[in-house]
Amino acid sequence: MEEVIARMQDDKNGIPIRTVKSFLTKIPSVFSGSEIVQWMIKNLDIEDQVEALHLGTLMAAHGYFFPISDHVLTLKDDGTFYRFQTPYFWPSNCWEPENTDYAVYLCKRTMQNKARLELADYEAESLARLQRAFARKWEFIFMQAEAQAKVDKKRDKIERKILDSQERAFWDVHRPVPGCVNTTEVDIKKSSRMKNPHKTRKSVYGLQNDIRTHSPTHTPAPEAKHVHVQIPVINTACFLCFSSKNSLLAYTEQYVEYDPFLTPSDPSNPWISDDATLWELEASKEPGQQRVKRWAFGIDEVLKDPVGREQFLKFLESEFSSENLRFWLAVQELKKRPIREVPTRVQEIWQEFLAPGAPSAINVDSKSYDKTTQNVKDPGRYAFEDAQEHIYKLMKSDSYSRFIRSSAYQELLQAKKKVKNTCRLKVYLVELPKLAIPVKPKNMSNKMAPACRPYQLGADRVSITYYQNVLQVWIIN
Amino acid sequence: MACQGLQGGETVASLKRESESLRKKLEEERKKLSDIELNQVAEKIEVLGPLSIKTRRVLKGHGNKVLCMDWCKDKRRLVSSSQDGKVIVWDAFTLNKEHGVALPCTWVMACAYAPSGCAVACGGLDNKCSVFPLSLDKNENLSAKKKSVAMHTNYVSGCTFTSSDMQILTSSGDGTCALWDVESGQLLQSFHGHTADVLSLDLAPSETGNTFVSGGCDKKANIWDMRSGQNIQSFESHESDINCVKYYPSGDAFASASDDATCRFYDLRADREVAVYQKDSVIFGASTVDFSLSGRLLFAGYNDYTINVWDVLKGTRASILFGHENRVSRVRVSPDGTALCSASWDNTLRVSWAAYL
Repeated sequence: MEEVIARMQDDKNGIPIRTVKSFLTKIPSVFSGSEIVQWMIKNLDIEDQVEALHLGTLMAAHGYFFPISDHVLTLKDDGTFYRFQTPYFWPSNCWEPENTDYAVYLCKRTMQNKARLELADYEAESLARLQRAFARKWEFIFMQAEAQAKVDKKRDKIERKILDSQERAFWDVHRPVPGCVNTTEVDIKKSSRMKNPHKTRKSVYGLQNDIRTHSPTHTPAPEAKHVHVQIPVINTACFLCFSSKNSLLAYTEQYVEYDPFLTPSDPSNPWISDDATLWELEASKEPGQQRVKRWAFGIDEVLKDPVGREQFLKFLESEFSSENLRFWLAVQELKKRPIREVPTRVQEIWQEFLAPGAPSAINVDSKSYDKTTQNVKDPGRYAFEDAQEHIYKLMKSDSYSRFIRSSAYQELLQAKKKVKNTCRLKVYLVELPKLAIPVKPKNMSNKMAPACRPYQLGADRVSITYYQNVLQVWIIN
Repeated sequence: MACQGLQGGETVASLKRESESLRKKLEEERKKLSDIELNQVAEKIEVLGPLSIKTRRVLKGHGNKVLCMDWCKDKRRLVSSSQDGKVIVWDAFTLNKEHGVALPCTWVMACAYAPSGCAVACGGLDNKCSVFPLSLDKNENLSAKKKSVAMHTNYVSGCTFTSSDMQILTSSGDGTCALWDVESGQLLQSFHGHTADVLSLDLAPSETGNTFVSGGCDKKANIWDMRSGQNIQSFESHESDINCVKYYPSGDAFASASDDATCRFYDLRADREVAVYQKDSVIFGASTVDFSLSGRLLFAGYNDYTINVWDVLKGTRASILFGHENRVSRVRVSPDGTALCSASWDNTLRVSWAAYL
């Protein structure tokens, strides 16, 4: 952020700073809100004003520049005047100003007679609170404030204006107006590392204090003691970049129609329409056409979807080869069990699928079989890992492709919908009187049901009615 | 990685030098293999149409910064944890608060919903990760049922259930990640290799996969094998702490968000960074990322209170979401991709979705 500020302050390309004459006084060293916005749009690749205002407001909230006549640190795109903060007060100096400093500052403010420097309500409250808290030290604080006020009076008027406003802005950041965000708050995960050795706990005004208020921060967590020397990992897989990027593209293109942020979902996105039909449909046993289509993307899609798994299992049962899938599912289940149950389950799976004479014997290559036999003696969650991998590859290359080509799957994909019995086509004619068809029965009124005049068009019975200027063609099948 | 003791003649300094030179050599090798960038390959793809994302639900109820949230598999419920020590389970669709637990330690930095929807896990500055079963009885005191599962020597920064309610994976400020058995609290596997706090982790979205990625304050993102505890791949291209890591939906790539104000996209098979998402006007650190369902969009939450939506393939910014009044601590897309929830230091959670014109 400071880099941007430095650019802004640059003499040639930065924001022009000037002194404005207004009524009786001069306002030194200011620039307007709209100037900041313009500069940002031009120099920071920002497209619109909203973003520039947002960023600018943040910079103000962090204390890099401030409105000269407002405690609330925001940026407005108009003629409001702003001033840059002096680097002494920049957040990068890691100030954590004490309450004693704040007390001195508020006290000093009360000593200045100018009406426009009066304390705001929240500041007056803070002052009262601090007076109670520092009752014993108050004399010291008062003396400090007096001393500073004296020094200030000796300064040049213009310079004083600038310094006063900068000091005020500093406190606006560190003691924000109630309701404003305190930008000095740090993420506790970072602060507990205490990486920054420059963290300044010294007083802003150089006061020597023995009684310090306890800032509401945490106690630092103990540092890790051992020194890790990270040995770079030699990555084993290193495919050609081009092909893997293409596969990323392919994946995205394939799933675009399933992405509710890019394609409207059907039925509608429940969040938009307040209608949870989409979720109810997904929970039901009847898979929609889009869902079934997804199973063809890869075996993982079938295994991920409970209904897909069911259908796949049914298909395999019809081929008398369901033991592969059942084994795979059993091993997945095993890995999800609590560790206590693992040994028993391992035995059960072994007995069911792999032991000599097993009821649902699966075909594994001899190497995996041997390894598994070893693993079963000391059962752990990954006892069947090799066997499972082998079976997975088998299913992927063989059973899965047959499933996708099977008639059972194709039928689900077609998803024939029930056809309605009556289908009505409404035909609106503009100049009806010119029609030669004698359709209006004699005793028909607007409120009565239209009379039907059946015709036969091929195999379908068709009836044509005329009612309220509308020619209706009914096809009944 | 194995941490052996110093051999004779070696010092920490000399080992560090050796490690640096090895690292440089690796980088050179990687560069030789690299060819054109992702966005060039993606030129043939259509540009995204104008994206209009609306925020219509605001979940209010936390008394302090919301630090973490997670969706339930039923696509409408979510759990959120906050600096005020509260963990709340919401039905985001109806805006109802369904459960609330008050924890003794106030900074609850991580929370996760169990796959079954029957429990939540949370952890933070208490160095522990605890699991709470969710009961249907509203009057029941959930804190009483608390089960302490993970124990670290520093704060818990992230936690997630694996494919079942029975195992939890945690990342911690003590530089390690660990896999725990929920029922017994036993440590099943620990993962050493980061040289500083680990801030985030994510499980690979694969039926057969056994890997996860973690990112930390050592600017590294590491891929781990859950079975052996080995660090199988490592990426170091960020210039500052990595705050969040998330897998691409296919599991072949992942994205990371960092304090250096960039988000980066890493391809696992090509073994390198393939895209950087940055802009001159984005100068605040990114704290969280998540992909949309197809992987085309990357939602990233920043410390400047905004969420930038990046076009993953083209590398450009598709949209920017305003609305939060303080840092965005977490963004998560719902399991079916229909909505995006963002948690923030302004004490609220917001749910947004795409509106079609």
